[in-house]
Amino acid sequence: MSDTALDIRLNTTSDTQPDTRRRVRRLGPGKRIPFTRGIGPLLLIGVWSLGSAAGRLDPRILPAPWSVVHTGWQLWQSGTLGPDLAISLQRASEGFAIGLTAGVVLALLAGLSRVGAAIIDGNVQINRALPILGMIPLFILWLGIGETFKISIIAIAVYIPIYINLSAGLSAIDRRFVELAETLGLSRWEFLRQVVVPGALPGFFTGLRLGVTSAWLALVVVEEVNATSGLGYLMYQQATYGLIDSVVLGLVIYGIWGFASDFVVRLIERRVLSWRQTLAD
Amino acid sequence: MAADVGGLTVRALTRGFGERTVLHGVDLEIPRGQFVALVGRSGSGKSTLLRAIAGIDHEVEGRGEIVAPDRVSVVFQDSRLLPWRRVLANVLLGLPRRGTEGRAAADRARAALAEVGLAGREDAWPNQLSGGEAQRAALARSLAREPELLLADEPFGALDALTRIKMHTLLRELWERHGPTVLLVTHDVDEAVLLADRVLVLEEGRFGLDLPIDLPHPRSARDERLAAYRDRLLTALGVEYEPALEEVAS
Repeated sequence: MSDTALDIRLNTTSDTQPDTRRRVRRLGPGKRIPFTRGIGPLLLIGVWSLGSAAGRLDPRILPAPWSVVHTGWQLWQSGTLGPDLAISLQRASEGFAIGLTAGVVLALLAGLSRVGAAIIDGNVQINRALPILGMIPLFILWLGIGETFKISIIAIAVYIPIYINLSAGLSAIDRRFVELAETLGLSRWEFLRQVVVPGALPGFFTGLRLGVTSAWLALVVVEEVNATSGLGYLMYQQATYGLIDSVVLGLVIYGIWGFASDFVVRLIERRVLSWRQTLAD
Repeated sequence: MAADVGGLTVRALTRGFGERTVLHGVDLEIPRGQFVALVGRSGSGKSTLLRAIAGIDHEVEGRGEIVAPDRVSVVFQDSRLLPWRRVLANVLLGLPRRGTEGRAAADRARAALAEVGLAGREDAWPNQLSGGEAQRAALARSLAREPELLLADEPFGALDALTRIKMHTLLRELWERHGPTVLLVTHDVDEAVLLADRVLVLEEGRFGLDLPIDLPHPRSARDERLAAYRDRLLTALGVEYEPALEEVAS
């Protein structure tokens, strides 16, 4: 204690140029870099291109980016890629929409009523532990191998992360705000609109981003296991002929979709949650 | 219904948590428009009483009768502004938002914000306000619903000393202009004698002292007569040396 006090006194009386700003270790990440999230993937593509151009990457193991693009163009021209992309997108978005609705409704029911929690929560926790691949045979038996089965599997993959994270968001709402709402005489609807929904939004967005990713993951699974159309089917079929370019093309497309949808959700999140001041800002 | 509309009547109020009884059959009569301070040590049951009157003690066991006016507002120790709503929207919470009534409410909310010195901050986010500003916004939220009874649970407890002095003046001014019945819970005896017309001492769930403060406003903290009242209250609270009180009670 006394030593430090002495040091400070010595410093202030020394002849060295005074530093007007006290040095404190900065713990936040610092200023925002524009397009932060795009930089990593661009670097990756750069390294990939350089490796291929320099002949360091064997095209039988990883084809060059341009040959992947070329394959994509050819498949598009021949009319193979377009319809498969369309059907995949349709499956993913239908499954996502159903999963989103189910996740939100179930989380609200479980989060806002004790009876709802008693009935719903345990079951979702069990459902969460069941592997999607393991459920597929049962669902095929129940629903056939048509679109209904595929969309159901995607919906299940989506509703679970949304339910889990929205539930966490709901239970994180401060009790003091509930008290406040009571003293202000808010109706149940106003309480939901002013306190519950905005309060649970941060958790909801986490769930939404995980849900979007889950939709793409489940899509590949259902399309590779049992399908006669779609991007996963196309990849699987081409792989059996040893056409590795098409496989990489499929993966790149999944990657772009995943990145783009995450970007969109983040954009919405930043606008909706503009009241927050977090480490990321 | 209460004979005295706008006042507060509490009869034989008992509240307890499990084995521990916090309020032992409390009776209280506050006439309309009176400014009452309720002091007591921590654990004396003053917050329990206020929460019972506010009707937010659902989980607490007990019996008794409470007759309160229709329009009751509560100010808490923390401002309790919703961080995801701008200041004006926070003040407007629960008030009508559409039509003529909605416009009247919005006007009232803006007027209330201006009264507490927050004109121009309507569109600020709560986390952009200082502690004192946030608490003034909370006062405006209470004011905008034109309360007949204002319940305040240590509303200045978390503020720094300078801000607290300003808030004392503000609260007293607002009371003089709008005239609600006020029940102010505080552990600060100086605050109680400075602001209230009557001070109640709650001790282990019963009223120990009911002391009218018969001094004109505005009062000065340096007033000798105030000191006499303060000493009586401190004695009733079992405290001999007053500077230690704030630490003990908080």
